[in-house]
Amino acid sequence: MSELSARRWEGSPGVARLGTSSRLSLGVDRIRCDGRGYCAELLPEMIRLDDWGYPIVSSERVPDHLLDHARRAVATCPLLAVRLAEDGRSR
Amino acid sequence: MSIASLLDGPDLRGEAEPATGHRARLGPSLLSGAALIDALDQGDLRGRGGAGFPVGKKWRSVAGRPGPRVVIANGAEGEPLSFKDRLLMQARPHLVLDGATLAAGAVDADQIVLYIGREHSAAADAMLRALAERPPRERRRFQVSRAPVAYVSGEETAAVQFVNRGVALPMSVPPRPFEAGVRGRPTLVQNVESLATAALIARRGGAWYRSSGTLLVTVTGAVARPGVIETRLGTPVAEVVERAGGPPGPIQALLLGGYFGGWIAASDAWDLPLDPMRLRAARHSLGCGVVAPLAADRCGVTETARIVTYLGGQSARQCGPCVFGLGAIAATLRRIAMGLSHPDDLARLDRWSAELPGRGACRHPDGAAGLVRSALRVFADDFAHHHDHRGCTAATPLTAGVA
Repeated sequence: MSELSARRWEGSPGVARLGTSSRLSLGVDRIRCDGRGYCAELLPEMIRLDDWGYPIVSSERVPDHLLDHARRAVATCPLLAVRLAEDGRSR
Repeated sequence: MSIASLLDGPDLRGEAEPATGHRARLGPSLLSGAALIDALDQGDLRGRGGAGFPVGKKWRSVAGRPGPRVVIANGAEGEPLSFKDRLLMQARPHLVLDGATLAAGAVDADQIVLYIGREHSAAADAMLRALAERPPRERRRFQVSRAPVAYVSGEETAAVQFVNRGVALPMSVPPRPFEAGVRGRPTLVQNVESLATAALIARRGGAWYRSSGTLLVTVTGAVARPGVIETRLGTPVAEVVERAGGPPGPIQALLLGGYFGGWIAASDAWDLPLDPMRLRAARHSLGCGVVAPLAADRCGVTETARIVTYLGGQSARQCGPCVFGLGAIAATLRRIAMGLSHPDDLARLDRWSAELPGRGACRHPDGAAGLVRSALRVFADDFAHHHDHRGCTAATPLTAGVA
C-alpha cells in the first residue's frame, strides 16, 4: 500500500485503529496517581476515568498517530504518574 | 500408605522436629544450585503463596541478575482462613530452613531473611530454635523479620519494603523484587511451603514431585474437623473435605483459594483436582490452598459482603482505585445483603468489579474483584432475591463468619 493511500485510510472515519502501532504502551504508577485526570483529557482514545476520577488505561500498544498525544499526557501529569514504555503497563 | 512428605515425621501436636531427627529422617540434599533449579522446572513446582508462579523460573530470574542477592523466606500468612504456613514453620522448621538455604545457594545469595507474621508466635519460636541448631556458618546468613499483622504484609513488595525501611506496604512495580529488592539487590521472595517443597525435591528429584508431590491445604468452614491437610497434587476437593470430617449438612458452595480465590457451586466443586495448573485450566485458582465449604443455610451474599468489607479495610490505602473502588463495592454488597439496595446496585457491582483488576500497585484489588465476580455468578439467584425482595432469608445475619 502506498504512503498516500495509507494516509487516506487513516483519515477515514472510524478506522483510526488501522494505523500502524508503536512498541510502546501506557502505564500508571497507582501509588503516585492522585486522580487529577489530565491524562484522560489529553488522550481520551486510550484513557478514561472511573467513577472516582482515577484512570482506566488501555493495555493496547499506542498507535503511531496517538504517540504525540500520549507523550503529552505523560509530560502533563503533575504527579509524574503516567509512563510510556515498552511493556509500560504497571502490571 | 502415608502420603505425608512435608508433614511426615513426629506428631504434629508435639514439639517441632529437632535437627537430629530431621537429618536422620530425610538425609542430605542431593541436588543443589543449577541442578536443583532444573529439578524444580521438571517438577513444575508452583509458588504456594497464592500467585502460583513457577518456582524454578523465579529462582532463575534472580540468579541471572548481578549480585549480591537476597532471599526472603515468606512466612507472613495474612490470609485469615489459611494456617498451613504457620503449621509448617511450627512443626517442621528445619525443612523450611533447608529450602531457604538451598534457594540462597541456587541464586547465590549471601543473605536470607525469615519474614514471619508477628501473630505467628509459635511458628517464629520454632524457627528461631531450629536456627540455633544450624551450624554457625549457615546461621550467620539469616536474619529474622517480624511482619506486621495485616493482609497485605505478605505481598512480596511489602515484604521487601518492610525489610528495607520497616513499612510493610506494597510498592509500585517496576522494579520488581527480582530486579531491585532488599537494599536494591536482586531478591527472591518465596513462600515457606514452596521452599520446604524445594527442599524435598532436592532429595527426591523433579520426577518424584511430578508423580508423588503433595501440597498443604487448610480445610475450614462447614466441616467437622477444620485443619491443615497434606495431600497429593490432583486430589479431588471432595476427598480433603471428607478427611476434615466432612460437612455436617448440605453444602451450597465452596470458597477455594481463600479470600483472594473464588466461590464455586458445590456441584461443580467436588471433583475439582487440587492442582494449580489444572485448576487454572478450569478457570479457578488454588490460591494459598484454602478449601472452605459454605453450608446450604448460610447466605452467600452476606458472606461475600463480610469478606469484601474485610478486604476493603485491609487495603494499604495507597492507590485510589483500591481505596474508593473496593470501598464502594464493599458498601454496595453490605446494602444488598441487608436488603437496602439501590436500583442500580447490581449493575454497578458488575461494572466496578470488572474495572478494578490491574489498577493497584499490588494485586489486592484484583483478588477482591475476582471474589466478587465469582459471587455474582455462583449466588446470582440470591443476589437477585436480595435485590428484588429487599431482604435475606438465610439463617445467619451479616455479622456471621465463614468459619
